[in-house]
Amino acid sequence: MDIQKAVERLERSLLLLDRTSAWDVIFEVSSDTDPFETASALVSLTLERIGKDWEKGNLSLSQVYMSGVICEELIDQLLPPKSPTRIDQPNMGIAVLEDFHVLGKRIIFSVLRAGGFELEDLGHGISVNELVAKVSEKNIRVLLISVLMLPSALRVKELKEQLIESGVKIIVGGAPFRFDANLWKEVNADYCGHNPADAIRIVKQITSMS
Amino acid sequence: MSMKTMTSMERVLTTLGHQEPDRVPLFLLLTMHGAKELGLTIKEYFSNAGNVAEGQLRLRKKYSNDCIYAFFHAPIETEAWGGEVIFHEEGPPNAGAPFITRIEQIHSLKVPSVKESKGLQRVCEAISKIKSRIGDEAPIIGVAMSPFSLPVMQMGFDKYLDLMFLHPKEFNLLMRLNEQFCIEWSNAQLAAGATAICYFDPVSSPTIIPREKYLETGYLVAKRTISQIQGPTATHFASGRCLGILDDVATTGTAVVGVSALEELRKLKEIAKGRITLLGNLNGVEMRTWSQEKVEKEVRDAIEQAGSGGGFILSDNHGEIPFQVEDDTLLAISEATRRWGEYPPK
Ligand code: B12
Repeated sequence: MDIQKAVERLERSLLLLDRTSAWDVIFEVSSDTDPFETASALVSLTLERIGKDWEKGNLSLSQVYMSGVICEELIDQLLPPKSPTRIDQPNMGIAVLEDFHVLGKRIIFSVLRAGGFELEDLGHGISVNELVAKVSEKNIRVLLISVLMLPSALRVKELKEQLIESGVKIIVGGAPFRFDANLWKEVNADYCGHNPADAIRIVKQITSMS
Repeated sequence: MSMKTMTSMERVLTTLGHQEPDRVPLFLLLTMHGAKELGLTIKEYFSNAGNVAEGQLRLRKKYSNDCIYAFFHAPIETEAWGGEVIFHEEGPPNAGAPFITRIEQIHSLKVPSVKESKGLQRVCEAISKIKSRIGDEAPIIGVAMSPFSLPVMQMGFDKYLDLMFLHPKEFNLLMRLNEQFCIEWSNAQLAAGATAICYFDPVSSPTIIPREKYLETGYLVAKRTISQIQGPTATHFASGRCLGILDDVATTGTAVVGVSALEELRKLKEIAKGRITLLGNLNGVEMRTWSQEKVEKEVRDAIEQAGSGGGFILSDNHGEIPFQVEDDTLLAISEATRRWGEYPPK
């Protein structure tokens, strides 16, 4: 099947919250040799498109959230979490620094896992020191940070200072970074994403480098 | 030649009537800056009605602000429902863990009494203290979270989206309870002396839900609620987008709409003209780094795009300016508004 057509069909099913027809599209596309890889590639492309459309103002967050959750479920059925045949990648983790707003983390987590990546949920409301300790304990190499409050975003600077020697890459995202396009540089993050599509793109870029 | 100087109240009422006042009114929606003025921590500041009354009056004077903003913080409402408020030294307090953890709990949820909530009474007390000092000189803006947006703090955003999309019965029940609360809370602030209520409803924004969903949920809730609030309301999307639903919002009974920096004022004004007043849309988060020149440019641009014919109040795009924004920047905004906001437009 034409991949572009499949993306469009999957997108339509997801926006209608229609799990059954989403599953049909994924099933049709999955090759016999490597069902997981073909399916996660299709899902990635579709969720990237939905993420971009949200940022342009054409879609809503509820649609981004629901489609991420549905895809994560379907992909988990194809290949159980933590299975070694998931994409070979450096250890990744995601956390909400300082504040308590978990939806951004939840969305990015689902979208990346649905795309075949494996990542560790490091929690929310977590301080810089606690996070640094967790990163070293779990040997995290790529750290995704989601925040909703501006003071939390400003804390990334301190986090980076403490992680600089270990060479951990920091990807930041969340509302304050969308409203101030220079904020990520000010806090010395390595990358910044404005939507789930960016998260997929950046993580792919980092994993292909390593 | 400009007309005689108006009071803040006259200026605001004129623009709300879609006429041009002496100049564009400025609503600097400051909350935590009051603590800075009084040399208190944010937590101390909000723990006493007198502090907030004094803080607001000083801020109005310092920045020639055209309103008093009686907003403490959003989680003061969930505190009345039994939730926790977590204070921060350099930013706004946040709601603690959600207190609705299972959807079935909604069936036994009790609406708190506004009279018996210490936090809400503190807000009313601050409003009446301010009212006794300024009378009708400037509008006092009270704040209420919309019944439709409050659940994000009551139960968490992901659970709330699940409720809204998958559990219509409990969703409707929660809306009825929250509507009762929002109406009582808004009317208590009006009775204490507030001039109008700012109805915060960002969950209705197309940033969060599609328009079709809005029309069957947040829109109906807004119509029912606003019709029972005994004073004028402004609907604020807290920097969520609203261009795609502005036509609908204009029919909910609200007089003003708070709009995002992510949308062009010019386009918003085309729809709003003569129907609904625009409030916005300076980018508060970015404002922290603005130079004097940048302030000048942003203020001028906004006024140029939306000022003509009245129906416009210059403000930030969220309904609260971050604590990190410096006094000099706020002074520059105030001066630039006086320089570029005079009617007739230059
Ligand atoms: C809806 C809303 C509300 C609702 C619900 C809030 C909530 N979530 O608890 C209500 C009305 C209750 C509210 C209240 C408040 N709010 Co409010 N609110 C919003 C609004 C409109 C959306 C917030 C939201 O939850 N979005 C959903 C999340 C998932 O979106 P997101 O963070 O942008 O995430 C997306 C992308 O950024 C990206 N992403 C996220 N994380 C990551 C991570 C990585 C690595 C990557 C690559 C990408 C990525 O993907 C996500 C999905 O597309 C925003 C403004 C806006 N337009 O975004 C303000 C906003 C979040 N609010 C803000 C504030 C300050 C508050 C209050 C503190 C106000 C007060 N003084 O009381 C309270 C706090 C409430 C609380 N929980 O305690 C500020 C925060 C910034 C600041 N100034 O500090 C904002 C940004 C408004 C602004 N422009 O200033 N708010």
